[in-house]
Amino acid sequence: MAIDTQPGHRLDKRPGGNRPPQMASRFLKENGALGALIAMVVLLAFMSGDFLTTQNLLNVGVQAAVTAILAFGVTFAIVSGGIDLSVGSVAAFSGIMLGWLGTQGVPIWLAFVLAIATGTACGLVNGLLISYGKLPPFIATLAMLSAARGLALVLSDGTPITLPESVSWIGETIGDWLPVPVIVMIVMCVITALVLIKTYSGRAMYAIGGNEEAAHLSGIRVRRQKLVIYALVGAFAAVAGIVLASRLASAQPQAADGYELDAIAAVVIGGASLAGGVGKASGTLVGALILAVLRNGLNLLDVSAFWQQVVIGAVIALAVLLDTLRRRA
Amino acid sequence: MTTPDPPPARELLRTEGIRKTFPGVVALDGVDFDLRAGEVHVLLGENGAGKSTLIKVLSGTHRPDAGRVLCDGKAVRIGDAEAAEKLGIATIHQEFNLVPHLSIAENLFLGRQPRRFGIVDRKRMEADAQALLKRVGVTAPPRTPVRELGIAGRQMVEIAKALSLRARVLIMDEPTAVLTSEEVNRLFGIVRGLRSEGVGIVLITHHLEEIPAIGDRVTVLRDGRSVGQVPANTPQDDLVTLMVGRSIEQQYPRKAGSGTPAAADQPLLRVTGLRRQGVFQDISFEVHAGEVVGVAGLVGAGRTEVVRAVFGADPYDAGRVEVAGKKLPRGDVWASHAAGLGLVPEDRKGQGLLPDASVTDNLGLVTLRESSTGGLVDRSGLRKEASRIAERLGVRMAGMEQHVRTLSGGNQQKVVIGKWLLAKSRVLILDEPTRGIDVGAKVEIYQLINELTASGHAVLMISSDLPEVLGMSDRVLVMSQGRIAGELTARDATQDAVMALAVGTSAPGTSEMEDSPRGH
Repeated sequence: MAIDTQPGHRLDKRPGGNRPPQMASRFLKENGALGALIAMVVLLAFMSGDFLTTQNLLNVGVQAAVTAILAFGVTFAIVSGGIDLSVGSVAAFSGIMLGWLGTQGVPIWLAFVLAIATGTACGLVNGLLISYGKLPPFIATLAMLSAARGLALVLSDGTPITLPESVSWIGETIGDWLPVPVIVMIVMCVITALVLIKTYSGRAMYAIGGNEEAAHLSGIRVRRQKLVIYALVGAFAAVAGIVLASRLASAQPQAADGYELDAIAAVVIGGASLAGGVGKASGTLVGALILAVLRNGLNLLDVSAFWQQVVIGAVIALAVLLDTLRRRA
Repeated sequence: MTTPDPPPARELLRTEGIRKTFPGVVALDGVDFDLRAGEVHVLLGENGAGKSTLIKVLSGTHRPDAGRVLCDGKAVRIGDAEAAEKLGIATIHQEFNLVPHLSIAENLFLGRQPRRFGIVDRKRMEADAQALLKRVGVTAPPRTPVRELGIAGRQMVEIAKALSLRARVLIMDEPTAVLTSEEVNRLFGIVRGLRSEGVGIVLITHHLEEIPAIGDRVTVLRDGRSVGQVPANTPQDDLVTLMVGRSIEQQYPRKAGSGTPAAADQPLLRVTGLRRQGVFQDISFEVHAGEVVGVAGLVGAGRTEVVRAVFGADPYDAGRVEVAGKKLPRGDVWASHAAGLGLVPEDRKGQGLLPDASVTDNLGLVTLRESSTGGLVDRSGLRKEASRIAERLGVRMAGMEQHVRTLSGGNQQKVVIGKWLLAKSRVLILDEPTRGIDVGAKVEIYQLINELTASGHAVLMISSDLPEVLGMSDRVLVMSQGRIAGELTARDATQDAVMALAVGTSAPGTSEMEDSPRGH
């Protein structure tokens, strides 16, 4: 016989109350990635004297920024049960568009708008292929990964475009200590959280990822929402592309190559499920920070770049493994 | 019950007092059954009587909670499919276990291809396949990919596969449901051939007229029990009585005729001439405010397909759907919802719920757009509304943030119904609303249906549970083979009358019903 959950069953017997240690342990249980990040920071602080300096921490932030912004976009795709492999290429294409428009004498604000529009357009094409062409997201965005990279190379003729001063301030630091990429990352994180929690499209993402058929039968226009989702991913990729180009003061057609994998790793480490329906902006931010802290720490500890890749692979596997075990428990 | 003259054949298989329960449901409650060599033993029963569960016990998919299975007089444990295969029991399910892109020969010998030095000996495999195919009358060459075969051809390949495993017991779950009458005749020819070779055959069919043509004995299941064993030439009426023979208990709280509307008022839902090629046709009916219209019929009669089309979840080729006099566009769930139509789908977990989302999120799913302004969702307003509905429906839960996966079936169903109430839907389509729900929760759902109709809602309810349809409906539509075979008033709707319409008097397989595709 099915057992009905008794009303108030859990409330009555709240085990052990809310004493601080238990709150902390419960918090860490629900935010495993954050716990890992804190542990890593503490560990590195002991192992390397250079780690816990303001300069270095801001460095980590700057290094995390591009991955994090890409990953925020990818979060939308993954929460809705899809994936986007094209974000690295779309970021490069948007960056190139910005640089090219700059050399054409277009007003700088318009160049920004058009660069973001470029990324959005790429995302819309992904969305059209997925929702109306019925291509699996993996395939549609794999095609875009190649096409957008190609367009970046075509537009730039394969050579980097130097950005004017009026653009590259985005890569700079305000007042000697506050790097603009970090500000952009935080703003994008807040936007992502707002979209996911507060907007109709965000709630629709969870519904579609949780059970597409149930969402459809509840009157959610699934195909239209998928257009919105992938367009958003494209727009986020464009922002990441602009930040990256500004940091280097030059738009490069080969920029952000392979970044889509870092972005997906950040989302997954942050606790999102590739099956869809689960994922948070804060989790993705933590995931991106873990990757950046890890790279930075291994550098400080003089671990060779080759071994770094091995360690990062192990961390991705471990993060998801622990998450799976925790969910099963 | 009467037992026919026992033919002096060897007994292959016997079950005694088989019992199997699932959470909330007793599927088998003491089944006695036996099968002799060289006979066709028909298993008969309504939907949900326990036929499929019994087959799954015999084929090793389910292990019984109590009772025993004897093979050649010895008690055996059929722990898995492999054990069944070793005992010589082969099952042909309604869903075939074939790999469409592989050839017939590869399918026949999947996992046990003849090998030489570790390499598949194609020549021998195809020669062996050829011999098997000849036995079942398939003329296609063994190299033909299975996807190029029709349904009947695939079924023959399944039978050939069973033969190659030297099956002594062949179990067939509704093999004729998808065949044309010509194909049925061929199938029966092959079944007779196997019978004369001494194979024991268990056959499930809903087509009563097939029973004397092919069967030797019939065992009738009802509510998980074997209620009778009769010879195959038993008159159809007697078989129907055996299948449904029970009274409707007082568990259905509906007052008969309480919702009968005045004929003059406008129907809330009117469907005219709805047709979808190869799935359903000539579907016309009305549902008035305050009325529960039941839709009865066998599984595969096209009931779910019709209501999904009405709701806009699937397309249709011709016809008209009106809600409160307003025509609905085709295939647009959003428009249906906006017009006041709601659907509680048959597959609660697969189609009705976001299992890993909270009660709040599930209840607010339909109204998400209405509670948004400028793209922003008023979450606190939504939460308030959702709690109000949850309280009204008496959803038992730890809190509004509990994931619906962890609710019981009855409470999950309340959530699915609740999201439409939140959306103020006036016409509710309930597809198998109480499937897999325990008795107590069922009564709650019935009471809810009564409250809804009393407050002017209209309910269209599909159910394969006959007593439920009869107990809850003001009118009953009976579907058979994609058509409405008849409409009965609450007074005229008896189990016998409904079953007679549902099994139809038409010849088997005259329709060209396909295994209807769902979704997109």
